[in-house]
Amino acid sequence: MDSMVTSALLYLDGVHVSFDGFHAINNLSLTLAPGEMRAIIGPNGAGKTTMMDIITGKTKPDQGEVLFDGVTDLTRLDETRIAELGIGRKFQKPTVFESQTIEDNLLLALNVDHRVKGTLFWRETRAESERIDRVLETIRLKDSRNRLARSLSHGQKQWLEIGMLLAQDPKLLLVDEPVAGMTDVETHQTAELLKEINREKTIMVVEHDMSFVRELGVKVTCLHEGSVLAEGTIDQVSSNERVIEVYLGR
Amino acid sequence: MAHVLTRSLDRSATVFLIVVAAAGVLIPLSNLLLPIGSLFQVPTYLVSLFGKYVCYAILALAIDLIWGYCGILSLGHGAFFAVGGYAMGMYLMRQIGSRGVYGNPILPDFMVFLNYPKLPWYWHGFDMFWFAAVMVILAPGLLAFCFGWLAFRSRVTGVYLSIITQAMTYALMLAFFRNDFGFGGNNGLTDFKDILGFNVQAEGTRAALFALSCLGLIIGFLICRAVVTSKLGKVLIAVRDAESRTRFLGYRVESYKLFVFTLSACMAGVAGALYVPQVGIINPGEFAPGNSIEAVIWVAVGGRGTLIGAALGAVVVNYAKTVFTSGPLAPYWLFMLGALFILVTLLLPRGIIGTCNARSEPHEAQRLTANTLCVAREDGISEPNMAD
Repeated sequence: MDSMVTSALLYLDGVHVSFDGFHAINNLSLTLAPGEMRAIIGPNGAGKTTMMDIITGKTKPDQGEVLFDGVTDLTRLDETRIAELGIGRKFQKPTVFESQTIEDNLLLALNVDHRVKGTLFWRETRAESERIDRVLETIRLKDSRNRLARSLSHGQKQWLEIGMLLAQDPKLLLVDEPVAGMTDVETHQTAELLKEINREKTIMVVEHDMSFVRELGVKVTCLHEGSVLAEGTIDQVSSNERVIEVYLGR
Repeated sequence: MAHVLTRSLDRSATVFLIVVAAAGVLIPLSNLLLPIGSLFQVPTYLVSLFGKYVCYAILALAIDLIWGYCGILSLGHGAFFAVGGYAMGMYLMRQIGSRGVYGNPILPDFMVFLNYPKLPWYWHGFDMFWFAAVMVILAPGLLAFCFGWLAFRSRVTGVYLSIITQAMTYALMLAFFRNDFGFGGNNGLTDFKDILGFNVQAEGTRAALFALSCLGLIIGFLICRAVVTSKLGKVLIAVRDAESRTRFLGYRVESYKLFVFTLSACMAGVAGALYVPQVGIINPGEFAPGNSIEAVIWVAVGGRGTLIGAALGAVVVNYAKTVFTSGPLAPYWLFMLGALFILVTLLLPRGIIGTCNARSEPHEAQRLTANTLCVAREDGISEPNMAD
């Protein structure tokens, strides 16, 4: 048990959360090895987003352990501190800073000094603008760097938010429904992008699009009613009787 | 320093500063140098009246800094204005010395009248101008820091924050109304004689106070511009538009709010301190919740999130107030103010300057529309916890 605690990048054990008597998360246990990419599937209300809320400090679990890097107890930290530790999050609904330019969105996401004094006296450095350029290239928004984020299409906003994750340069990326509202081509490109990112980072991705999950080709965890229903390859999970019953349908 | 200036000064900011500087120089000169009765001579009463408007403009800037850029709607900013004003008033009271009605060299008249045996401890030091000047900034700043520390750390936002700022200014008003609170009770502080040895009633002093108010507006504007054009300004807008998103990026949102709220309160305090010698009185009425709400209306009328609009709104609305409250329409002023607020909200949601900007620059228009759209949305991530 001890070795497992220390080797996993993310370790959840026996986590419970209830809201007004509704058990959103029920004895959830899950581990993510460093460098792994994991796809999370499950029906609405299975607790996928709540799990991300717990990992990022937005929601405190009633009981259970949540460890990052084997040592850091995430349940004791707030959102800011957890982000500083290196956990980045993309939201289900793309959440970018609408009234600011794409470049500024990325600038805000860069993992540099985030304290008041640091930002008040901040001056652009070459290293920072080069990093922003690289991200802009990766997310294919280089030509629209000065456009306001609100003028982007839904799919582009999704990409911008992934770009913000890249600028944040976290160890662990939590990606909630990255391909919602994307065309097939964009979905394919997003899968490629995530695989590319996965070479260096650990990723947990929540998605309903089964063909996308299949394309990722990674270990899949199916959640149901706040706990793990099945875990394994996409073929194992999608042939599981219970998964078919509660999620995939016959 | 130079790069901060070039960054802060775009064309409209430069025009604004030139206008304020010109007013600050020309109005006092015309008042003092031109013969009384000549067409271009600005009478002394108008100099003081304009001075009052300029102080209100500084207060409006302070409100716009937190409301327009960080989404903190304070309905109690009049409190910081009044605290700054009281600090200046205390200095002016101590300058009266033995010229008061009771001739007591140490105690102000109201203390003699209320049988104070000696000067309360918190009045010490206010006989020195430098001390009062420090207090003008420090006292509102400290009040805002303590208030903000408690409120922002507990993540009180939106209308709840607005309500407790109202409660704060109301509580302070009740406290200052009390005779035993030591600030002159409901009469407040008045009958001022000198400021730095100059007679506060003298034309020259009034002209100088007007010029100083303009200087205060210029400095306040430059500080605000430097803040909003820095990276910190971008973080503030991020907090305004999507507070919890900003947290997930690793920003300590409460520190940012606390910084900008305290800075804004200090500016409001300076505005109050410049106001008091020009109107000749400070009393607990300045803490009235209505005053703070009126100040928010100035900003809304001028255009929130534009700084220049805030200053302009303060001057325009107060000029209208002067005109209408001195005529037969006086009893209806509050109705007119309310109607103005409703009309501006419905027809000019970006305010005067915001609408002008939108007309002249399509790119800017986009951004300002975004501003107004984001007003209603306190928190970008509004998914409830249960949603999956």
